[in-house]
Amino acid sequence: MAEFPVAARPSWRRRGRLALAQYLPAAALVLTLLVLWELATHLWKIQPWLLPAPSAIWKAGLAAKGLLGPHTWQTAQETLWGFLLALGVGLGLGLLIEFSPLVRYALYPLLVVSQTIPIIAIAPLLVIWLGYGIWPKIIVVGLVCFFPIVVNTADGLRSADPELIALLRTMGASEGQIFRLVRWPGALPMIFSGIKIAITYSVVGAILGEWVGASRGLGVFMLRATNSFRTDWVFASIAITAILSVCLFGLVSLAERLALRWYYAAGRGERWEELKPSRLPKATR
Amino acid sequence: MNATNDYPVILEHMSKAFRVDGRLVSALEDVSLQARAQEFVTLIGPSGCGKSTLLNIICGLLEPDEGTIILHGERNAPRLGRVGYMPQRDLLLPWKRVLDNILLGPQIMGRDLAEARREALDLLPLFGLEGFENHYPATLSGGMRQRAALMRTFMCHHDIVLLDEPFGALDALTRRTMRRWLLDVWARFRQTILFVTHDVEEALFLSDRIYVFSPRPGRIILEMALDLPADRRERQAAAPEFVAYRQRLLQALGLEEG
Repeated sequence: MAEFPVAARPSWRRRGRLALAQYLPAAALVLTLLVLWELATHLWKIQPWLLPAPSAIWKAGLAAKGLLGPHTWQTAQETLWGFLLALGVGLGLGLLIEFSPLVRYALYPLLVVSQTIPIIAIAPLLVIWLGYGIWPKIIVVGLVCFFPIVVNTADGLRSADPELIALLRTMGASEGQIFRLVRWPGALPMIFSGIKIAITYSVVGAILGEWVGASRGLGVFMLRATNSFRTDWVFASIAITAILSVCLFGLVSLAERLALRWYYAAGRGERWEELKPSRLPKATR
Repeated sequence: MNATNDYPVILEHMSKAFRVDGRLVSALEDVSLQARAQEFVTLIGPSGCGKSTLLNIICGLLEPDEGTIILHGERNAPRLGRVGYMPQRDLLLPWKRVLDNILLGPQIMGRDLAEARREALDLLPLFGLEGFENHYPATLSGGMRQRAALMRTFMCHHDIVLLDEPFGALDALTRRTMRRWLLDVWARFRQTILFVTHDVEEALFLSDRIYVFSPRPGRIILEMALDLPADRRERQAAAPEFVAYRQRLLQALGLEEG
């Protein structure tokens, strides 16, 4: 095998610069807001139980790390299992919907309706049915996450180019080969979009599940902290929730990049850049 | 049997109609044609005259309403997987690198992939794709994508090849070089080619024989065997017989000059 084309890849230094240009603004904005927040709490002497300073939250979080660790681990487990459940069910239903018009007509409206039911009403019922264990939380996460995966899987598989399929037929391809060579790889970008939407909801889903009845998890910790006016702990667990979500999203994005090399290669041909800045309006990227 | 063996493709009295919004639209009417082994046959006609429908029938994607198809002497045999077909769009799989796209036919047919890969690597220079085998299609130019699509068709090893306006989407300059280059490739493989175009010059430069189609419903209004040099490089647009053929073609198409 020959090596990967070199010309299509920017150098590491260039890539670093691009990454910096991409992430620096967000980091700077977050930092600025944190500094303003810190200053505001000191300047107006805001009570810590109303709004603690970021530094106080950081300190409280560190001091309670023996407490926060197990709670976080519990929530992470619920999130992961729930997400995997949603992934399995979502892909499965998406495939069923694609391959059977009957299932499509029967199931699609139900799926939409399932998203109109407030999860907050279902969650207590799940606790009544399944007890205080991990299962009600897993199911809540699954309920919150599966919908975008089903819809994007079904729509992605459906959007296969009919001419491409016809071409493969002329080569004598079976339905299985057409699925493997055309439908599935063609649907993957959309499936990954669905998964990305799902994973951003997942942690919040787990916390929602814990809220209505649990003995461990960040949701429980938040409730207890609120009840005892430990606002710093509330914020610490909010921060952990956010970090957990971002990490999971990052993992999915990484998997996507690895699975869809072709998709990202498409935009990476030769890049023609002007030497002088252009007066033309910038095209949106 | 011998007579049909000389003609790998024979169509007899073929008709095909479609239902469009409840109306019946006839696409092909009583089309009969044949192509000799190793012959370059061009089908020319105005757009929408059913040429593509005809190719779709020959490769097995569609069935005719009436008429018979004889491939290699076999009447109404199953045709999917037995005829090479290249549509106007290159239709390369964007998620496969060029080499894997080219090996799509062998992969689907379950041929020995290692051997097919060796053959493909040998042929890459002939198709002008050397050094691009590991690129994704999206990073190639239009001409290269088209050559990759043609190579994919040829790698199926069918001795009947249908080309549906393969250069239709390319610019005039690229078309000229692609034409040259198609002849070089054909000189090596020598399949029976059915070529669809609506470019008169292209038809005259490439073909052994030309069928002219009427506007919809498609009927054959002229069959013309070309008595021009078999070596296409010796065909001159200014030669008197070339001019005469062009005149007849344009006339049949209702486009005569002057």
